[in-house]
Amino acid sequence: MKTILNAQQLAITLQRLSHQILENHIDLENTVLIGIQPRGIYVSDRIVEQIKRQVTAEKIQYGKLDITFYRDDVRQGLHTLNQTDIPFTIENKNVILIDDVLYTGRTIRAALDALLDFGRPSKVELCTLIDRRFSRQLPIQADYIGKSIDSIITQKVKVFWNEKDGRDEVSLL
Amino acid sequence: MQLSTKHLLGIRDLQPSDIQLILDTTSQFKEVLQRPIKKVPTLRDVTIVNLFYESSTRTRISFELAEKRLSADTINFTTSGSSVSKGETLLDTVNNILSMKVDMVVLRHSASGAPHFLAKHVPAAIVNAGDGINEHPTQALLDAFSIREHLGEIKGKKVAIIGDIMHSRVALSNIYLLKKMGAEVTVAGPPTLIPKYMKEAFDVRVEYNLKKALEWCDVANVLRIQLERQNQVLFSSLREYSLAYGVTKKILDSLDKRIMIMHPGPINRGVELDSDVADSKQSVILQQVENGVAVRMAILYLLSGGKAE
Repeated sequence: MKTILNAQQLAITLQRLSHQILENHIDLENTVLIGIQPRGIYVSDRIVEQIKRQVTAEKIQYGKLDITFYRDDVRQGLHTLNQTDIPFTIENKNVILIDDVLYTGRTIRAALDALLDFGRPSKVELCTLIDRRFSRQLPIQADYIGKSIDSIITQKVKVFWNEKDGRDEVSLL
Repeated sequence: MQLSTKHLLGIRDLQPSDIQLILDTTSQFKEVLQRPIKKVPTLRDVTIVNLFYESSTRTRISFELAEKRLSADTINFTTSGSSVSKGETLLDTVNNILSMKVDMVVLRHSASGAPHFLAKHVPAAIVNAGDGINEHPTQALLDAFSIREHLGEIKGKKVAIIGDIMHSRVALSNIYLLKKMGAEVTVAGPPTLIPKYMKEAFDVRVEYNLKKALEWCDVANVLRIQLERQNQVLFSSLREYSLAYGVTKKILDSLDKRIMIMHPGPINRGVELDSDVADSKQSVILQQVENGVAVRMAILYLLSGGKAE
């Protein structure tokens, strides 16, 4: 097991991602943040926490999206469902999707489909904590990247969160 | 996380964990039904036939809507105008339909055990939409979901099931489910409509006095007097039944608490339930119907993808 990001590096990376998002979307004008269930939520929660220091809470529109119903492998065994909670319209908004690891791109494909059922956003961007380069199976790329890593298929990237796993760390297994 | 069963034949065959899973999954589908586009592509490669050998409005529409909201392909079959009138057997009809590559069968039949029979003889997943006087599992699940939605949980709640317990598949499914989930159950109605040994067989309380049953309960599930199943005279007239067991505003106002009123529909207004009760805020009848679609979506989803044997 190799550590990719330790707790301190992870905190700095999340801070940078929040600043990059704010740099492109000043005051989050017309912009909404949507975390992808289940593990993208840990990233989006932290990013929203950071953004709250810069932007008043009322201006932050933050939702959660579960993509189980839209997966292309839904028939190959059941997946646990999670809560979808998007209490605002995304019509003509800039949507920033947030996930933890970008790997094959299939989750994001499903998320884009799911998103369209909530309305027609004017623009969708993707923020990912870890980008596993060269392993994409669909033409999808992220706009905000915490860290890019080169890994082989047999390896696994695991993100540990204090809230759930007792420590903040990104590891390559 | 999957069901322990390949078919939904009755609540009797389900584990408490199955019921919990179905109810939890239902919450997620209920959220889907609030979206601007109330449809997900989950079952787009699944074909479902709705076989209704008995008349139905709510259940059939609810299943059909649930299937459509899941993007499944659906075929509707009713006995009138079909080969059933030429004498084709149930098994032949189903095998012919299945040979056209159908994955799931939703069956309502007037013979108790018809879905169990099919499950033994055909490879498709079977969902029981009501069989004779045996079970109506999706109704019990949507009733349970409605109770959970309004009262927080099912465990420890007191539910009175009132009316024709003998002929009611809704009552039987509800009793199985509520007992498995740790609720207390009283069945109430005229002695002629409550089978002997209810107490011994199901560990439920039996009450012949409507007022006492209502005073005891948190939820009253009022059953329909099934005029089509009354071939013997078990009470002298509808009027007499209504006087003794009709749930009226007057009797509800005389209680020192506000109980929740459920009814599986269709209502015989003025017989088992008065109009001003059915349309009051206490009644959740239309919410039950709304929850029905989400419950059926959850069941079809869970039965379609599992690898359970």
